[in-house]
Amino acid sequence: MRTKRLRLVMSAVLVGALAAGCSSGGQEETPQETGPVELTFWTWAPNMDKIAAVWNTAHPDIKVTVSKQAGGDEAAAKFLTAAKAGNAPDLVQAEYQMLPSFVAAEAVADIKGEVAGVRDQFSDGIWNLVTLGTDGVYGLPQDSGPMMFYYRTDLFTKYGIAVPKTWDEYAAAARTVHAKDKTVYLGGFSSKDPGWFAGLSQQAGGQWWSITGEAWKVGINDGPTKKVADFWGGLAKDGVIDTQAPWTPEWNAALNGGKIMSWASAVWAPGVLSSNAPDGKGKWAIAPLPQWSAGENYSGFWGGSSIAIAEGSKHKQAAAQFASWLNTDAKALDLLIKEAAIYPAAKSGQALMTTAPEYFANQADFWQQATNIAGTARGFTFGPNVNVAYSAYKDAFDKALQNKSSFTDALGAMHDATVADMKKSGFTLAS
Amino acid sequence: MAKANRGARVHSAGATPYLYLAPAVALFTLFIAAPIGYTAYLSLRRVQFSGLGLGKKSRTEIFVGLDNYRTAVADGEFWAGWLRVLGYATLVLALMLGLALVFALLLDSARVRLARFSRIAIFLPYAVPGVVATLLWGFLYLPSLSPIHATLRAFGFDNVDLLSPSTVMFSMVNVAIWGGTGFNMLVLYTQLRAIPRDYYEAARIDGAGELAIALRVKVPILAPAIVLTTVFSIIATIQVFTEPMTLRPISNAVSSTWSPLMKVYRDAFVTGDLYSAAATSLVIAAISVVPSLLFMRLVRRQAFGEER
Repeated sequence: MRTKRLRLVMSAVLVGALAAGCSSGGQEETPQETGPVELTFWTWAPNMDKIAAVWNTAHPDIKVTVSKQAGGDEAAAKFLTAAKAGNAPDLVQAEYQMLPSFVAAEAVADIKGEVAGVRDQFSDGIWNLVTLGTDGVYGLPQDSGPMMFYYRTDLFTKYGIAVPKTWDEYAAAARTVHAKDKTVYLGGFSSKDPGWFAGLSQQAGGQWWSITGEAWKVGINDGPTKKVADFWGGLAKDGVIDTQAPWTPEWNAALNGGKIMSWASAVWAPGVLSSNAPDGKGKWAIAPLPQWSAGENYSGFWGGSSIAIAEGSKHKQAAAQFASWLNTDAKALDLLIKEAAIYPAAKSGQALMTTAPEYFANQADFWQQATNIAGTARGFTFGPNVNVAYSAYKDAFDKALQNKSSFTDALGAMHDATVADMKKSGFTLAS
Repeated sequence: MAKANRGARVHSAGATPYLYLAPAVALFTLFIAAPIGYTAYLSLRRVQFSGLGLGKKSRTEIFVGLDNYRTAVADGEFWAGWLRVLGYATLVLALMLGLALVFALLLDSARVRLARFSRIAIFLPYAVPGVVATLLWGFLYLPSLSPIHATLRAFGFDNVDLLSPSTVMFSMVNVAIWGGTGFNMLVLYTQLRAIPRDYYEAARIDGAGELAIALRVKVPILAPAIVLTTVFSIIATIQVFTEPMTLRPISNAVSSTWSPLMKVYRDAFVTGDLYSAAATSLVIAAISVVPSLLFMRLVRRQAFGEER
């Protein structure tokens, strides 16, 4: 009898221990009704925990815990999956182009009522990115990425070329440089950065998505965007620009070693250049992007993100309070600039940028120039399936580069994939 | 008393085995059966938007029957992916298992020196995680900083692009062989060590040399182990994902649907369509089982001496 009982007890203990082992990892934190409100915040901005600590000291009733995330496409997928599973964070950093898909998935909340006082802090173009052209407000703008032209002053002198004012001048300069030295390129085309191409298309006046009444209109292959695609397609075909995949050690070496002399990039580029091309310190300068017609003055946005509040959050009011503080309060903006190296979206934040980045110590008016250029950036409406369009961009333009085939066709493929996906999902499309 | 006791024990054996089984069954249900069931459930559904898809209640999940499966098998890119994987798998299987067998036989032969060192050196790459191995090799494939390209240039091969559409597959095969040979070699080698030494003696007395012993004695005895490693390798190569996924950012020649599993990843985590991804992954599972079963059936009799 004894052995039998022992055996039963032992197996019961085993099962119990196993069950306990399984469940201890999945315990949900129940929201506390008393004590401080606890908020979780997913972001990839560096040092955000330090900024949250400043908030937590000043607001003992609302405690924000930062969870550092990796950026990129995966960040959006991770948040959507978490939202679907019902354990999304209260606050999430959302790139502007991802916000519409978050809204469509009902993963982020309309916080119009909670953030009524902050509208005046942002320019119309930026604000449009968080309202999506609707009556709602789906996030607060944090940073923006107006595009500008970065170039190596010493190499431009060496090869005897001037800073291109128009894209025609850019093309001529690209040919000149490559003719003089086969190993050197004026700049590159990236099939890996759909956001870069989107920014250049914005500059040209492209409108990839727009809302007419209750229907979406997709214009990825519209006139202005075709013009941009053809322009780069011609240069790529002639082999006078660099077409390697960027963000690799190879690309870093080319940038660092002066094999790539310029980069049409965004306001956040100093951070990239200083870490990936340290030897170029003090040799780079900025100018407005080349224009499509002489006398014009336009730019576009590459990157930038907002802080959105999850639909599933139990403390939307408190979360909105923190998001407003983070993105409009003078002290918070100062911290964002200094700790997180962010170019704030708020107008008052841009005014705080006075000292040029160390890498650009030679260009004392760096931020004045950047602010002027930011004012010329054209607006853009992102659609509900940017992820599909961006994924199609990479595949289509990778292929076009490999086969040296038409960029117009690649753009067409991207357009068709985007439209087909929207049709399949049931969105109303304007004919 | 003793009799009654024994009777009770026999009777109670009914509950105890199940109790012991319970953890395994619970884990299996929780982590294998339930996810597969949920995948099957998802694969029959889809999200349907209406209007702009931005307002409340403009998003509903609907039942679509086998639609996702139809779309999955009708996609040409899916089958193109299989074709690429077939080429990749053939190369990896032949070269990796061939090398593993040769290494195992060499290490087992009496004359080899530095056996212990070689064994560890061949096995060590297996301990390197796939992503790390591919990144490592990927950076070596990039021209300007790589010793590979420096060597190629020294032999007069300029401008070799190891990441172009025609070469990128071989670059991946190389990573897979580098990482996988050691493990397979070890499986075969362990089996070889278990063979009684008398067999060799008998063979030698009959006048067999090292080569004849290897081919006529060792390889036939090794057959079950070779079958085992082949089946594992078939399954692993069909599911190739890490290598193309990791090489994709540095090459223009790897599409987001290069292998069938990459398509699943793209659908689920890039374009956010879990439903198509679920259907495609079940199709992949079904297809993957086929070559393994076929191979097992083909070699069962020779390898395991089983009767049909």
